[in-house]
Amino acid sequence: MIKSDLKYTKDHEWVKVEGNKARIGISHHAQEAMGDVVFVELPEVGDEISQHDSFGTVESVKAVSDVYAPVSGKVVEINEALLDSPELINSDPYGEGWMIVIEVEDEGQLESLLSAEEYEAFLKEAE
Amino acid sequence: MKYVPHTEQDRQAMLAAIGVSSVEELFSDIPESLRLKKPMAIPAGLSEPEVKKVVSGLSKKNETIDDYISFLGAGAYDHYIPSFVDQLLLRSEFYTAYTPYQPEISQGTLQSIYEYQTLICELTGMDVANASMYDGASALAEAAAMACDRKSQVVVSSAVHPEYRETLATYASGQGIEIRVAEHAGGVSPASSFEPLVSKDTGAIIVQYPNFFGNVEDLRSLADLAHANGALLVVAVVDPVSLGILESPGKCGADIVVGEGQSFGNSISFGGPYLGFFAAKEKYVRRMPGRIVGATIDNKGQKAFVLTLQAREQHIRREKATSNICSNEALCALAANMTLCALGKEGLREMAYLSLQKAHYAFNKITSIPGVEPVFRAPFFKEFVVKLPKCPDEVNKELLKDKILGGLPLKRFYKDMDNAVLFCVTELRTKKEIDLLAARLGGM
Repeated sequence: MIKSDLKYTKDHEWVKVEGNKARIGISHHAQEAMGDVVFVELPEVGDEISQHDSFGTVESVKAVSDVYAPVSGKVVEINEALLDSPELINSDPYGEGWMIVIEVEDEGQLESLLSAEEYEAFLKEAE
Repeated sequence: MKYVPHTEQDRQAMLAAIGVSSVEELFSDIPESLRLKKPMAIPAGLSEPEVKKVVSGLSKKNETIDDYISFLGAGAYDHYIPSFVDQLLLRSEFYTAYTPYQPEISQGTLQSIYEYQTLICELTGMDVANASMYDGASALAEAAAMACDRKSQVVVSSAVHPEYRETLATYASGQGIEIRVAEHAGGVSPASSFEPLVSKDTGAIIVQYPNFFGNVEDLRSLADLAHANGALLVVAVVDPVSLGILESPGKCGADIVVGEGQSFGNSISFGGPYLGFFAAKEKYVRRMPGRIVGATIDNKGQKAFVLTLQAREQHIRREKATSNICSNEALCALAANMTLCALGKEGLREMAYLSLQKAHYAFNKITSIPGVEPVFRAPFFKEFVVKLPKCPDEVNKELLKDKILGGLPLKRFYKDMDNAVLFCVTELRTKKEIDLLAARLGGM
């Protein structure tokens, strides 16, 4: 399941551009591969994060994975609901399961992200 | 007799398997200049009877705490150990160093650790405890590192055991954590001495309870100060017998409680191996170092014990782990578990109460000697500081003639404490022994 209005990364994060902000989460494919998510670690509002750096972790019954910043910027919102209900990442990865919103520092970085078609092709290739 | 398991044949087979012709060739990467060209300069082997003779000769030189009347404490305490504890520790199922990674063959070990964790939680007033750490000092340093997850500084009271603070400094230097010291006032750590030092970078306020001088700290005001600044209150309980009568640190607002469990069933042993305990509020469980044993249900619906939350552990994600610790002191923890179970709530309270009573009796006796002054006026548990009219080292030398281990001279740790001595009195000291100490001190 890939949503066409989002951008993606090869680390399986999705990005929804909202003006000068970017909402970020992990893809349906990523949550499916991980299995039941039991814990999510998020940054704090006000943190500066750089593209490709880990900004949090998702722990499932099987493994722990880092989540990487698709673009650089300042964290302006975090999804506090995940701290109590991490399973939202499984049930609604593109909606209720969003992780953070950042103020995009360099809009040029958005160009480096994958389109829905490119991400789909990337997944097929990986199979 | 040589205890080398491999025959010459074995060695040749192994060399052949990896494609080298000799041991020399195997070590060819090591420069000639560094290689030992002669036999090692150690004496030849001995037969078992000969070894026994040598070793028992050495051990006869030792004297134990049982040969002396000890008034030394400061982090190592001479308490009652039920006789069955050492017997049960020798059972091979427990004596093994095997890590219980495979729950299907480790239920007994896991259950004993789970019970120990439960007891530590009850004592400290915390939600979760780990399987144990090296000792109280390293547990404290680990707690500081954990509290500095996103912060870079801790403020520690000067009434925390000086050697614990040294261990903390060792850890902090590698982790880039700044240590600020809040000076004690009258032997306790008031919030007012922390206030000017606490900042937005402070990860933890650290105190000892009862503190190094034996005095009881007011934890609540320190918890309020820590929480108002987004920091945690880390409490070190070096003398956990005190928790038999004192309010638990958890009830007073502590976030992480660490300490030294030697008092529970572990002998003084010249300083080790000891038992670090580590407990925290549940919301910090994923940042805790060390192992944690949990209870669950197996596929047949039976209760089972397993190592849990292993994603925190350093063998899963080394670069992210709070700590690189991967050992615990399971045998010492088991001794503590068995001792606490043997004592029970009432027994522990009695042990604490007797220590308290006897220490106060000793304090009154000693401070009534002309020239001996109490140093602090704060409420204390079983250790107290007095100032002697002469050099404590000389006094201790005199006391040794009567097989008395006197108190700890504090000058070594605190510049302004000339002639000050820290005395410790446990439930094992008798009135006769305390009276003897007072008589000897009075006669000098």
